[in-house]
Amino acid sequence: MTDDTFFGYRRENGRVGVRNHVAILPLDDLSNNACEAVANNIKGTLVLPHPYGRLQFGEDLDLYFRTLIGVGSNPNVAAVVVIGIEPLWTKVIVEGIEKTGKAVAGFAIEQHGDLNTICSASRAAKDFVHLASEKHREECSLTELWVSTKCGESDTTSGIASNPTVGNAFDKLYGRGLTLLFGETTELTGGEHLVAARCRTPEVRARFQAMFDRYMAVVEAHKTSDLSDSQPTKGNIEGGLTTIEEKALGNIQKIGKKCMVDGALDKAETPTGPGLWFMDSSSAAAEMVTLCAASGFVVHTFPTGQCNVIGNPILPVIKVCANPRTIRTMGEHIDLDVSGILRKEMNLDQAGDALLAMIMRTANGRLTAAEVLGHREFVITRLYESA
Amino acid sequence: MAIHFLVHEAGDSVGVVVVEGIKAGQELTGWVMDNDKTLTIKVSHDIPIGHKVALKDLAKDDTVYKYGADIGRVAAPIKAGEHVHVHNLKTKRW
Repeated sequence: MTDDTFFGYRRENGRVGVRNHVAILPLDDLSNNACEAVANNIKGTLVLPHPYGRLQFGEDLDLYFRTLIGVGSNPNVAAVVVIGIEPLWTKVIVEGIEKTGKAVAGFAIEQHGDLNTICSASRAAKDFVHLASEKHREECSLTELWVSTKCGESDTTSGIASNPTVGNAFDKLYGRGLTLLFGETTELTGGEHLVAARCRTPEVRARFQAMFDRYMAVVEAHKTSDLSDSQPTKGNIEGGLTTIEEKALGNIQKIGKKCMVDGALDKAETPTGPGLWFMDSSSAAAEMVTLCAASGFVVHTFPTGQCNVIGNPILPVIKVCANPRTIRTMGEHIDLDVSGILRKEMNLDQAGDALLAMIMRTANGRLTAAEVLGHREFVITRLYESA
Repeated sequence: MAIHFLVHEAGDSVGVVVVEGIKAGQELTGWVMDNDKTLTIKVSHDIPIGHKVALKDLAKDDTVYKYGADIGRVAAPIKAGEHVHVHNLKTKRW
């Protein structure tokens, strides 16, 4: 099975992380430049550039702030330097992250210019790197590890082997009282009734159903064809997946057989207790993994068939694959090879245990393939046009 | 014994080819994962790894079953041993 403890970084708010990043976080696209310059000056920092500016409004703005604050608050982050074009929204992000008690500093470019901002922010970042470098891992209970999942570039080996491997591991982690997450709302199409049936209470079921129906209405309102060009994707189709129903059923294997769905979260919302949580989210990989990071998850399991290559700057992504052609042609992206299932060399229980072992190793410090290859996809979900 | 295709549940209309290089005319051995039984089928097409093979004859508009569940409708008649994919299986959703 697996250990009862792992060695993690206990943060000021009690949450435990498995990485120790000093993040340089731009509030807006205008600030990417200055953030990159700070990261260049101060070694050991991690810049998170992204393409969005301002003039978001309403729920889209709420999500934008929630995402940036959530990423900065994630326990895998030791400290954060935030740079924005103007001070008021910068302060929103800084104060949001400050609630965790971790070291945060904010800088605004207006009335200072890039160069002075870079100078001040670099000084703060330097202090933070010294600070973070003296943080040590301590022994923590396994139940403090938050694990998320999303599959990508799926094919039929996903449904047959790599997704059920995650399901087997999730069943075991669920039984131990961990906090777990899955999402990909539209990908459940064709199997949403199965997820609804697993919801623990009528309230959770209603919330899940409302999220699913809302997302489907958006698709219905905007689609121009039967969506067979986008969902399943060309990669899915090349790999043998034919219909969204088939994809959904393969997808749902990730939540195993025993997990109940204990709650339904909006995008980038944080769970309020242990159990398996559904998060309303895109099926686009980097968007969804970024939402997991914003929600507070510290390790991510990512089963893939044709090989989705993404990572995330702060959330280590473990790639699990059962497709022997993928292992052979692009195996550098894969952390756990479960293609033995297809040859009847291992069963799902053994594969699930192998994934648990890889989760523990990742939690204890093993860098994932995506981390070592430098994949740091950081993609913010938007709801509609900016004003 | 070498396994060429997997079937999720007994009663499924299709199995999934799990080895590369399957050519028309080959006799394949399959493993049914839920009851641990094996079966054989002769394929009439080349079938790429990960793609589906029909385990029974299916008529237009029949439901195709995989995982014991409805995964779509038959768009063109299918015979056992044929390749099942976007040319003969369509979604019932959007």
